[in-house]
Amino acid sequence: MLSIKAESLTKEFKVFQSRPGLKGAFRDLFNRQYRVIRAVDAIDLSVNQGEMVGYIGENGAGKSTTIKMLTGILQPTSGQLLVNGYDPHGQREQFVRTIGVVFGQRSQLWWDIAVQESFRLLQKVYRIPEQDFKPYLDRMIEVLNISPLLDQPVRKLSLGQRMRCELAAALIHQPALLFLDEPTIGLDVLVKENIRQFLKEINKEFGTTILLTTHDLADIEALCSRVVMLDKGKIIYDGGLQRLRNEWGDGKKIHIETVDTYTLSQLQAQTEGMKVHWIEEGPMRFTAILENGNAKVPEVISRIVEHVAVQEIQIEEASTEEIVRKIYQEGLVHA
Amino acid sequence: MLNMYWEVVRIRFLMMLAYRVNYYSGIIIYSLNIGVYYFLWMAIYGDNSSLQAMTAVQMATYIAISWMSRAFYFNNIDREIAQEIRDGTVAIQLIRPYQYLFVKAFQGLGEGIFRLLLFSIPGMIIVSFIFPIDLPGISPAWGYFAISLFLGFIVNVQINLMTGLLAFYIMNNQGLIFSKRVVVDLLSGLIIPITFYPEWAQKIIMLLPFQAISYLPTMTLVKGISGSQFLDAVLIQLVWILLLWIPIYLVWRHARKQLIVQGG
Repeated sequence: MLSIKAESLTKEFKVFQSRPGLKGAFRDLFNRQYRVIRAVDAIDLSVNQGEMVGYIGENGAGKSTTIKMLTGILQPTSGQLLVNGYDPHGQREQFVRTIGVVFGQRSQLWWDIAVQESFRLLQKVYRIPEQDFKPYLDRMIEVLNISPLLDQPVRKLSLGQRMRCELAAALIHQPALLFLDEPTIGLDVLVKENIRQFLKEINKEFGTTILLTTHDLADIEALCSRVVMLDKGKIIYDGGLQRLRNEWGDGKKIHIETVDTYTLSQLQAQTEGMKVHWIEEGPMRFTAILENGNAKVPEVISRIVEHVAVQEIQIEEASTEEIVRKIYQEGLVHA
Repeated sequence: MLNMYWEVVRIRFLMMLAYRVNYYSGIIIYSLNIGVYYFLWMAIYGDNSSLQAMTAVQMATYIAISWMSRAFYFNNIDREIAQEIRDGTVAIQLIRPYQYLFVKAFQGLGEGIFRLLLFSIPGMIIVSFIFPIDLPGISPAWGYFAISLFLGFIVNVQINLMTGLLAFYIMNNQGLIFSKRVVVDLLSGLIIPITFYPEWAQKIIMLLPFQAISYLPTMTLVKGISGSQFLDAVLIQLVWILLLWIPIYLVWRHARKQLIVQGG
């Protein structure tokens, strides 16, 4: 079953354009100029039940706008959209019972009251019977380790504490689909790890579909098998993380520190016939860049150690972060 | 369904308790208002025992009742809605399986019940010792008043919803909210009973919804209105409640389609 099915989903905004200067401001009073911005431009997206999808893109690429359409907050300008079998905007009230949402930058708990009061209100809002509610909530409280926070008002919690409570609140009605809009923004390493672990468990145990937007690619590496990359409102990549790496990674790098001094050409001679590019980093430090897929790390190393006295070897793989940065800068031309 | 909305009322009640200082300062402000208007009106009455078919004692009662009623029907949901629209939190409200406007209305009710129990009723008892006012004893008039006051509350909530929702179109509607407050206080008969306005102004005010908020409920108690007169008053209130839903519904529907979430 498909959790999300979007066809040529589009959202346009009319943006008021102000004229410069005082004269312009006066003219604006009587005659306003508008400009249409296409935030999401005819995207197609299908997500299966139980998938964990990372949704990435630069600031302003249209990630949040997409999430807001998928959650029924915004009405699409055009295109077909079916989420959990509902039209999110048209059937809002039935639809939102089947989803959970966490906005990293906004709290959905009630600011002035204790966390447990928020949970109780949500129980009533989603009409969860007590016998289902209690054991499930208790488990979340335990896994997320929030029991000491329950009687505190939300405004007194730290960001990490609050985010864990937000997650519990978003999952309280056991939704089949969970949207996370930058859930780990501003959190420390430990809390991040804690939250990732929790999401993995939820996905495994309940088959919850998770759509995650983030700027922290480590989140995606830890959680998602599939990445959807957005640029200027269009999907420019949709597929596995490994494929993205293979196609876009610069290839692996081998850093070598030698015992004696060697020249660059001496090293180049060793890997003759292989697609390896050598760089001299210092008198006794060299880096070999292996062209993607065409040169194997073990072969290069074995050829080098045969003839060169090596002090240390370090193998470096292109990080996802680097790949994504490269794509943003250069655009995905040959995808 | 209703269960959930009552939970909303309860939560608002808790929130009001969390900010008790606000509540204490409210008591002082309301007492001052009652005192000021009492002495002002007594100066106007001077030696007259009755003006515009209202005796001085009835006037004192009118002041006390109308201000204490205001504590019940008054709420800040217009400001809250405008705030939530301006900072984009309205988006969070839309991912919940409830009607945002009803939730707001019930929050207003929570606020109202809080003030009624912890503020109006004790306040009324204190006021009745200080000023010579004339309240009916245990009589059906209280029941009529309760019905009418509740309907007045609904009309006021509707006007607040409408004012708040205009923030969708006018991003900064603080001024609008403030002027609305003054208009409601003036035209609902809180500051001047409607019979004291000139003939032509009365005709206009009778065509507006504001009288349904304060004037009609207060008069049921002060004049002990019952029978067909009471039914007429309630009918006016009900008609306004029905009429006011139309623009609110239209604005909300339109706004939801046009919604741009502020701040990403």
